[in-house]
Amino acid sequence: MANAQGIGASVKRKEDRRFLLGKGQYTDDLTLPDQAHAVFVRSPYAHATIGKIDATAALAAPGVLAVLTGDDVAADGLGGIPCGWAVKNKDGSDMVEPPHPSLAQGKVRHVGDPVAMVIAESKAAAKAAAKLVDIDYDALPATGLLADAIQPDAPQVWEQAKGNVCFDWHIGDEAATDAAFAKAAHVVELDLVNNRVAPNAMEPRAANGHYDAASDNYTLYTTSQNPHLIRLLMAAFTLHVPEHKLRVVAPDVGGGFGSKIFHYAEELLVTWASRRVGRPVKWTAERSESFVTDAHGRDHISKARLAVDANGKFLGLRVHTYANMGAYLSTFAPAVPTYLYATLLSGPYDFPAIYAEVKAIFTNTVALDAYRGAGRPEATYLLERLVETAARQLKIDRVELRRRNLIKPEQFPYQTQVALQYDIGNYQATLDMALAAIKYDEFGARQAASAARGKLRGLGMSTYIEACGIAPSALVGALGARAGLYEAANVRVHPTGSVTVFTGTHSHGQGHETTFAQLIADRLGVSTDQVEVVHGDTDRIPFGMGTYGSRSASVGGSAIVKALDKIVDKGKKIAAHLLEASVGDIEFKDGAYRVVGTDRQKAFGEVAFAAYVPHNYPIETVEPGLEESAFYDPKNFTFPGGTHFVEVEVDPETGVVDVVDVAIADDVGVIINPMIVDGQAHGGLAQGIGQALYEEAVYDSDGQLSNGSYMSYCMPRAADLPMFKVGNHVTACTHNPLGIKGVGEVGAIGVPPAVINAVLDALAPLGVTDISMPATPEKVWRAIAAAKKGG
Amino acid sequence: MPTIRLRVNGKGHSIECSSSTLLVEALREHLRLTGTHVGCDTSQCGACTVHVDGRSVKSCTMLAVEAEGAELTTIEGLAKGSELHPMQAAFQECHGLQCGFCTPGMVMSATELVGRNQDPSESEIRHWLEGNLCRCTGYHNIVRAVQTCARTMRGGK
Amino acid sequence: MKDFQFHRPATVKDAVALMTSRPEAKYLSGGQSLLPVLKLELAEPSDLISLAGIAELREVRVDGANVVIGALVTHDGVHRSAEVQKHLPALATLAGSIGDAQVRNRGTLGGSVAHADPSADYPAALVALGATVVTSQRKIAAEDFFTGLFESCLAREELVTAVHFPIPKRAAYVKFAHRASKYALVGVMVAETAAGVRVAVTGAGPKVFRVAAMEAALSKSFAPAALDGISMDPDELSGDAEASAEFRAHLVGVIAKRAVAACAA
Repeated sequence: MANAQGIGASVKRKEDRRFLLGKGQYTDDLTLPDQAHAVFVRSPYAHATIGKIDATAALAAPGVLAVLTGDDVAADGLGGIPCGWAVKNKDGSDMVEPPHPSLAQGKVRHVGDPVAMVIAESKAAAKAAAKLVDIDYDALPATGLLADAIQPDAPQVWEQAKGNVCFDWHIGDEAATDAAFAKAAHVVELDLVNNRVAPNAMEPRAANGHYDAASDNYTLYTTSQNPHLIRLLMAAFTLHVPEHKLRVVAPDVGGGFGSKIFHYAEELLVTWASRRVGRPVKWTAERSESFVTDAHGRDHISKARLAVDANGKFLGLRVHTYANMGAYLSTFAPAVPTYLYATLLSGPYDFPAIYAEVKAIFTNTVALDAYRGAGRPEATYLLERLVETAARQLKIDRVELRRRNLIKPEQFPYQTQVALQYDIGNYQATLDMALAAIKYDEFGARQAASAARGKLRGLGMSTYIEACGIAPSALVGALGARAGLYEAANVRVHPTGSVTVFTGTHSHGQGHETTFAQLIADRLGVSTDQVEVVHGDTDRIPFGMGTYGSRSASVGGSAIVKALDKIVDKGKKIAAHLLEASVGDIEFKDGAYRVVGTDRQKAFGEVAFAAYVPHNYPIETVEPGLEESAFYDPKNFTFPGGTHFVEVEVDPETGVVDVVDVAIADDVGVIINPMIVDGQAHGGLAQGIGQALYEEAVYDSDGQLSNGSYMSYCMPRAADLPMFKVGNHVTACTHNPLGIKGVGEVGAIGVPPAVINAVLDALAPLGVTDISMPATPEKVWRAIAAAKKGG
Repeated sequence: MPTIRLRVNGKGHSIECSSSTLLVEALREHLRLTGTHVGCDTSQCGACTVHVDGRSVKSCTMLAVEAEGAELTTIEGLAKGSELHPMQAAFQECHGLQCGFCTPGMVMSATELVGRNQDPSESEIRHWLEGNLCRCTGYHNIVRAVQTCARTMRGGK
Repeated sequence: MKDFQFHRPATVKDAVALMTSRPEAKYLSGGQSLLPVLKLELAEPSDLISLAGIAELREVRVDGANVVIGALVTHDGVHRSAEVQKHLPALATLAGSIGDAQVRNRGTLGGSVAHADPSADYPAALVALGATVVTSQRKIAAEDFFTGLFESCLAREELVTAVHFPIPKRAAYVKFAHRASKYALVGVMVAETAAGVRVAVTGAGPKVFRVAAMEAALSKSFAPAALDGISMDPDELSGDAEASAEFRAHLVGVIAKRAVAACAA
């Protein structure tokens, strides 16, 4: 009975009703009494020295309350925005970690760098006054492109970072890899770029800070994926106010995709400014502002070399990658191209040797950090483009080449050459499932039908793994993380048996209010209607690390299950007393405590009631009440994987690529709510296809973002995408209590190389062998034209 | 400041605002109807879509004063009391929303389509929704929701 | 956005009088181009003269060999008009491809024409069909109307009231849209009219233009293959991040052929 709403049921979402009625409460929807509004004056230069800042005219404008600058920030002793992850250089020395003032001091280093904050009675008044702040800039040479920043004569973003290098890091066994290449029958070479993209959650970032002088307490409402982390960073590093005086609330949040993980200057500044002006201060980004202030994703330049023996078995992999950091180090930026990228370079394959070098590079652009997949899409793109190139060059069928190299089910646990140990998987099963879903054997007929209509049809694939369920604290601590990555939960059973769950994860589209309620239904046998899931408020929830890295169900869900286990155990003691049996003879099943082998039982609600009304109760040995907290620190990452197929039709005359079919089979571990899991896959696929065909944040060499609006940055629309065929094959994660791996990122990780491989498959008859993301019509047209000329 | 009279969700309102006030500002800031969202500044994302005399319109690209004399419907006015509009119900049924931010605009836009065409094809639905961006769903379940709603409104056929 | 005086005259005469007396005023039609400009503060008019109250500008009628469409008819109105669908299906298709559904519900023929956006769709139809723009003062041949990038021959106070579209023997519009903005990167209308075959291209250059070589070739043989070998000079076309001038030049040829093929379909 309980399982109709338990694990495995596609329960309709509890949160939908408020969103569908227009009753969601997003940060900008909240207007506090006496609300003041902030607008930031931002640098139009990518690199400049700041001279005099004259705010006289702005201060005299109607409705203006204050104009604050870097001098005010310094005078009040606010800390700079910290980086949460330190990476060591090859030689053991520390990475270059430059300062990141919340309002620019002396210099600006990217377009959008905040220089002054104007606070006024209304947003319109603040916006008008912001135009009156007179700032003397002395422009400096800038470097806007990663490809330029690594040149010997490139302008320097930071004096202390010679050659713009933030760190020079490596992983793997170089000597073993050299030896593998020395004995290889074939070496496959590929140079590639992973394009820079803007995250574009549909809700622009916003923050509303409120200082209450009477209590000396601060409250910040912010568009965050992890309010506790923001509170921790503000308490320890930026605002210097202890946690018990600072409440951070992330109410309904309109998508994040990584971009709302990080601690942003505006969060600190509105909170601080509220104390300065004695009013709550709200800031909401305009989209054009989001484009130059939200951390972007990807932006790698890589060289990849694959050593293969005469039978098509992979012998070794050598990778060199330049990764763009932007002008400042965002919260998790150094971890992305290292521990979330290079450690994934073994993919689902059995590699005897791997060596990877990563140089992180500063540029005069907005920071880059985790964006859906974070490092794993870059690794998968590199590997799957390389494997496809190998299949073509060695004339081995692409599926067959992968089969020869996939890790076999009996090889788990599998230790890779790049630090990770995969606990479990069955890559052959997902491959077979995806082959059936795409109707692989009938592709020829479809290709012929397309050709009859003048279209070139191509089929592309990728077999991938990813690491999520972030993350074992001891392991990531050794790797440079400055925070633990466990999760916390509190389960409060009320006297009549209804339940409130407090989780440290945060739902901004993932549906936790439903899936976590299903966990309770599954374990305690109560209806999901009897469960309220609370997230996003540091005053209500014990602690938490938030939602990213596909961690909420596997890590957050495990914390809830640990707390539920304590509830069930405590209930057994109470039930034993009520049933006059020994605790060892009590079992909990289908929502009731029973004396094993008898029909004597107490419903869960009766036990809960007894816990709060302990008239007949083992009061000498058991405390009243029924509420438990748990912290869960994962033992390992989890390793979802699978196979993605994409079919495209290319119009050879216009270069337009249409995605006509997508069929994927993933292993995301045990599934709580199949409807929600499929929805997560769909969204990831759309973002992955977006990166492959539509999206690129284009900076020019001077550091100006040339497409910072939806007029020119191409977001995938409904008409750009097909229906998706999504399948799952489950192998349960071995080291968390639910067997869950995670699904939030698989689409964005697996699909981009499948799209490009499909485009190249379509263009192969014309002699095209390479194309970069996004494969725009003009790029495709030029590739065809160049191949014709060359051929 | 001029006084503007607006009829929203069947109720009349008088608001004092400057002539340059956008319809979305009047709805969100003056009438506190915050279900209508702003996701961009170039009239592309469609999160601000409302109905003006039954037609979907981007309320960020219309002045409040232009809406005088019109019958306006926002996402807050779609349901009948506690009963969801069939489009709202279909979005829940088909998991056509995740973060919920684009949802009000998406629902308003889709509702006009189904009012015009009770049996839209998948392609017609996808093209109709070109003025509404969603970053969460990949549109798959939104398209299914519109199909489901259309079927409901055709009486299950 | 800066404040302004808002006016809603009931007649063309009153609208023109208001504009004449207020040198910093602007006409407001559907606002789908003007409001984004005002939001970016690229223009700061003292007065906005809304045309929404002028009922006479909302008419669509057939007048002999012309379809006459009032300036205030929305893109959606053009797209769905029975008269337009019957006599000018190519124009109905064009109107249905503008922007998105919300834009088509507000944006108007007159507003779009007066704005003279080089990437707008209507200019291709006006020029290919040999339309006449009727204003508060005069009648202007479409080819004389569009004079440059966002420039027309309209006097400041002059108001577009209607467009007369001669009914062609056949015509088709094919558009290659900018993937983000949905404006035309290249839009081509091919029409066989009483005055001969006309090929008009929008989006590719600083203003709509005809392609004489294509018109001559199609006059001899109205078939896609007739356009083989006709190339465009990229130096005369626009280029941007979405499409270089070379790519636009290539696309004009491809899209023109498709428009010819669509005429036959």
